[in-house]
Amino acid sequence: MKEKIRIGCGAGFSGDRLEPALILVQQGQLDYLVLECLAERTIALAQKRKRQDPTGGYDPLLERRIESLLPHLLEKKVRLITNMGAANPLAAAGKIGEIARRLNLRLTVAAITGDDVFQQLSGDEPALETGEPLKTSGPLISANAYLGTDAILPALATDAHIIITGRVADPSLFVAPLVHEFGWSLDDADQIGQGTVIGHLLECAGQLTGGYFADPGRKDVADLAHLGHPFADVTSDGTAVFGKVAGTGGLLTTATAKEQLLYEVMDPGRYITPDVVADFTQVRLEETGPNQVKATGGRGQPRPDTYKVSVGYDAGFIGEGEISYAGSNALGRAKLAGSIIQERLQDHFTDFRIDYIGSTSVHRTIFGAYQDPYEIRLRIAARASTAQQAALIGEEVEALYTNGPAGGGGARKYVHEVVGIVSTLIGRHQIIPQVTVFQI
Amino acid sequence: MKIKLYDIAHSRAGDKGNTLTLSLIPFQVKDYALLCEQVTAKAVKEHFQSIVDGEIVRYELPNLPALQFICQQALTGGVTTSLTMDTHGKSLSYAFLEMVIEV
Repeated sequence: MKEKIRIGCGAGFSGDRLEPALILVQQGQLDYLVLECLAERTIALAQKRKRQDPTGGYDPLLERRIESLLPHLLEKKVRLITNMGAANPLAAAGKIGEIARRLNLRLTVAAITGDDVFQQLSGDEPALETGEPLKTSGPLISANAYLGTDAILPALATDAHIIITGRVADPSLFVAPLVHEFGWSLDDADQIGQGTVIGHLLECAGQLTGGYFADPGRKDVADLAHLGHPFADVTSDGTAVFGKVAGTGGLLTTATAKEQLLYEVMDPGRYITPDVVADFTQVRLEETGPNQVKATGGRGQPRPDTYKVSVGYDAGFIGEGEISYAGSNALGRAKLAGSIIQERLQDHFTDFRIDYIGSTSVHRTIFGAYQDPYEIRLRIAARASTAQQAALIGEEVEALYTNGPAGGGGARKYVHEVVGIVSTLIGRHQIIPQVTVFQI
Repeated sequence: MKIKLYDIAHSRAGDKGNTLTLSLIPFQVKDYALLCEQVTAKAVKEHFQSIVDGEIVRYELPNLPALQFICQQALTGGVTTSLTMDTHGKSLSYAFLEMVIEV
């Protein structure tokens, strides 16, 4: 058993930058690299791609990420754990094999499956959000359970260099190597609770190291263009010291760590994962050096006997149109344009929205007294059941060019397909995770 | 004297479905007591009256120190189907920091 390991997090979402992971592997002296690339909706979209192409459905950036990382992972003996398998971990493992052969490298890949429970659901199960049967949301397209640490451990017990998963609770991607290396008991809720704190702090990558924190003059962060992603040095008692590679941009302080610790936490005393009900209320954060924060005190209660399942459904289409007004009475002209579109279209749509970008579009209101802005961008959006109907929004906004009001410019129109997400629960005994090992 | 929360604290917003989470973290530990006293769940609900339709619950984390607010029915349906510009409500941390308190 090791006394201490270092785990880095090189991506905090599917579209994250590529090079921070490379820097972590090349210069970070890691034992493990985690890439967390799978948001709730991402996997439903991936299921749609898999349906069109049975060899697809994994992360769209997998090829680029693996191609750049693979030689360095093998050279530095860093094991990679990632959920880039998305809807198709087996096909993702196949793709990694293809890349390895192209680069003339040999390795072992372990793919974890069992999270796809679409065939096991009838649609009559109640949605957690509404209490109504899942199928009342719309045509169901995917159902993936959040697997936990116990699903990853058998893969870690093989000699796999890369472990690729589908839907797994984000913190479990980090708890698993800790349990594997330190021999922690999955029944030791306090230990797993601390592991979950570590995973939660790391899982959004740059959000711990000063990314998404900066506010110039108030919360200054150096060299954001070269933001370094974090790693944690964890000792076998669970004490974690977070850091980043020297020379990278960003900032790691108790302030950045607090923002991330509480990010998306619905109850700080009960943060539920498939591994534990973690308690963040006794966590202590301490600066132990420049860009270095120590975290201790995570605790927990025993894990739930159910898995959360994220269910995707077809939610039709959204049509959008935008056009700008600037100079004197910009807001007045934009509001006139908005009222024209409303009068012409609102009867055709049940869910219809007018926004004034530059004024009330993101907070949906204004706090305090602000002067009218110099320029305003009108945005109209509506839900529709067909792409053709959704396109009507952009067409009508574009038609403001000649039909007025005065001075509208820069019209743009968009139509996109919408996947909605609801959740339900499934008993632990209903799922048997599996590991498939590929020798390449 | 009236000040904005922006003057003494920072915040990050998060989302789970149609629920918004907001942290409130004082720059100076000494201001935590003031935040506890002034930034009650009721006061936050009043501030967010045109944004948050549901209940707001406050959690106190004296060890950090920080406050955490859970706002129900706050994201016009949630990230996947909302028509709003900021479907996650990520920018709402700065709507929170516009809140004015008495010091």
